[in-house]
Amino acid sequence: MALIDVSGLCKTYVMGEVKLNALCGVTTSIQRGEFISIMGPSGSGKSTFMNIIGCLDTPTEGSYRLDGIDVRGLSRDQLAEVRNKKIGFVFQGFNLLPRTSAIENVELPLIYSAVSGKERFERAMEALRVVGLQDRSHHMPNQLSGGQQQRVAIARALVNRAPIILADEPTGNLDTKTSNEIMELLVTLNQDSGITIVIVTHEADIAEYSKRKIRFLDGRIVSGN
Amino acid sequence: MTMIDIPSTIRISLRAIRVNKMRSALTMLGIIIGVGAVITMISVGSGARQRISEQISSMGSNLIMILSGATTQGGIRMGTGTQPTLTLGDAQAIQRECPAVQYSAPTHGGTAQVIFGNQNWSTAVTGTTPEMLYVREWQLTEGRNFTNDDIRSAAKVCLLGKTVVENLFGGIDPLGQVIRIKKVPFTVIGVLESKGQSPTGQDQDDVIYIPVTTSQKKIFGTPFAGSVRMIMVKAKSAEDLPLAENQITELLRQRHRIGPRQENDFTVRNLTQMMEAQEQSAKVMTMLLAAIASVSLLVGGIGIMNIMLVSVTERTREIGIRMAVGAKTWDIRLQFIIEALTLSIIGGIVGIIIGIGTSELISSTSGWNTLVSPFSVILAFGFSVLVGVFFGFYPAYKASMLKPIDALRYE
Ligand SMILES: Nc1ncnc2c1ncn2[C@@H]1O[C@H](COP(=O)(O)OP(=O)(O)OP(=O)(O)O)[C@@H](O)[C@H]1O
Ligand SMILES: [Mg+2]
Repeated sequence: MALIDVSGLCKTYVMGEVKLNALCGVTTSIQRGEFISIMGPSGSGKSTFMNIIGCLDTPTEGSYRLDGIDVRGLSRDQLAEVRNKKIGFVFQGFNLLPRTSAIENVELPLIYSAVSGKERFERAMEALRVVGLQDRSHHMPNQLSGGQQQRVAIARALVNRAPIILADEPTGNLDTKTSNEIMELLVTLNQDSGITIVIVTHEADIAEYSKRKIRFLDGRIVSGN
Repeated sequence: MTMIDIPSTIRISLRAIRVNKMRSALTMLGIIIGVGAVITMISVGSGARQRISEQISSMGSNLIMILSGATTQGGIRMGTGTQPTLTLGDAQAIQRECPAVQYSAPTHGGTAQVIFGNQNWSTAVTGTTPEMLYVREWQLTEGRNFTNDDIRSAAKVCLLGKTVVENLFGGIDPLGQVIRIKKVPFTVIGVLESKGQSPTGQDQDDVIYIPVTTSQKKIFGTPFAGSVRMIMVKAKSAEDLPLAENQITELLRQRHRIGPRQENDFTVRNLTQMMEAQEQSAKVMTMLLAAIASVSLLVGGIGIMNIMLVSVTERTREIGIRMAVGAKTWDIRLQFIIEALTLSIIGGIVGIIIGIGTSELISSTSGWNTLVSPFSVILAFGFSVLVGVFFGFYPAYKASMLKPIDALRYE
């Protein structure tokens, strides 16, 4: 059974008179343990697709099964639970809580799954160790470099042992050297822990880290299926 | 299937308050000023009311005043007391013959120069009868009241108010000493206990009582024999007041031989009613002050709502991040409610302390009476908490209904 299975996915934005099809009949499936990169021109629907499979947004049409669950039938709180247990997010802009230390940022998903204080701290420290930031645990986001902030975000995605990491342009704000370090970290996680990883990128050499490339154009998948 | 970890939510809320120190302080400031103002204003108002009712009870209860002269005469308004018509006999007859009257005492006299040794003092010298002290419910701190013999014989004896004692005698015991009123020697037979200010602001202790007959014959004189200026009456009870007024009017009309179509040549006034009117106005003042203060509490509440709204808007991304990692609807709502509640409770407590402190300060610097009532404290505090929760919940509710992606994308 595929981990992610979407078919006929459509997302239509209505703005006044104009209807805009950000996604139009997207059908694909992603297997457990895959490392996928999504490419395509700006506005082709990559982020829209990622947000829907991440349960942050809902499609206008089409079906979506995540790990065998029909996501379209779930309530707000059930979707929150799915995000908490199954998905780790890494964003282009890091999206860490400001004025909140690295360790506390990493602990966040555990707070919402009611993990007790001591275990929470240990698991958060372990996740920070995996991304090589155990000695920065009490730094605030603004005391960390961009690359380090992105590592904290990756640690946060790892901490609840989610089977999927979704990363929308994770290296978009980083220089080439740091980008490569982040990508190597993701590759390690994919190979060693079997985490399924989907990234969006504009850069061909970043996409080279993945085994499969999906191309979007005007809200459709044009290759990689 | 919603499971909320309350202790963690509280911790998150407290953290958020600490992390945003300036915003938290500003939010609390609104509540502090509002609660403080309400408590201070109400304490000033109820202090004034308490003082007025103390002064009213110092006058004596169930009082009726009878003045000579009609209120109107042939359609022309005349001042009361313009024509002397009341007599000592009237005063005695009222007490004897009106069943609803307990005591009745006349007053006669004016202002006079009083001398003791080389001290002199100008004060109100009032001729009256022993009943005066019962009418006014006035005790003696030392000495004795007049006797009927003193009245009959127009004895040269006097009772002194505390202010007079202080100004004439300094440290000396006045009892048995001889003072001169308009050069006539009087023996001091008693000292009156202090009554303080009257509701109209006069010093009630600046007074000398002498027998009414002495005042009439030896000090001030009379336009006709036995004439007095005014009669003060104490009714048996508050319920008897209207009855007493009727009985007095009837009796005096008879005694003054006033025909059925003629107007009274005297005026009967119920003092209690006059006092109640004053107390009523103090009540209105308290309410007015409370209303003004409530406006500031409301403004404080609106301040909280503003800051909470701005803060929720400003933190929409934070809410988005929390939702992305698994926060449920009530996790978000509770976080903001607990934040608002904490701020308004702390603000409320500080406001209460400041309100009580300000009341104390006002009473010690200006000499006004202030009275912090538990009611005003509960009112102000309860309202501030309500305001905090209400204005905290609305933005939190709005935030919790956002789609995670819209919250995350919020600019
Ligand atoms: N909230 C929205 N309301 C209206 N239109 C939207 C909204 N979000 C996205 N769109 C439109 O949907 C289309 C797809 O957007 P999307 O963000 O998925 O593109 P993208 O492939 O991620 O582009 P980029 O590479 O620039 O990030 C775009 O034309 C965009 O304008
Ligand atoms: Mg995008």
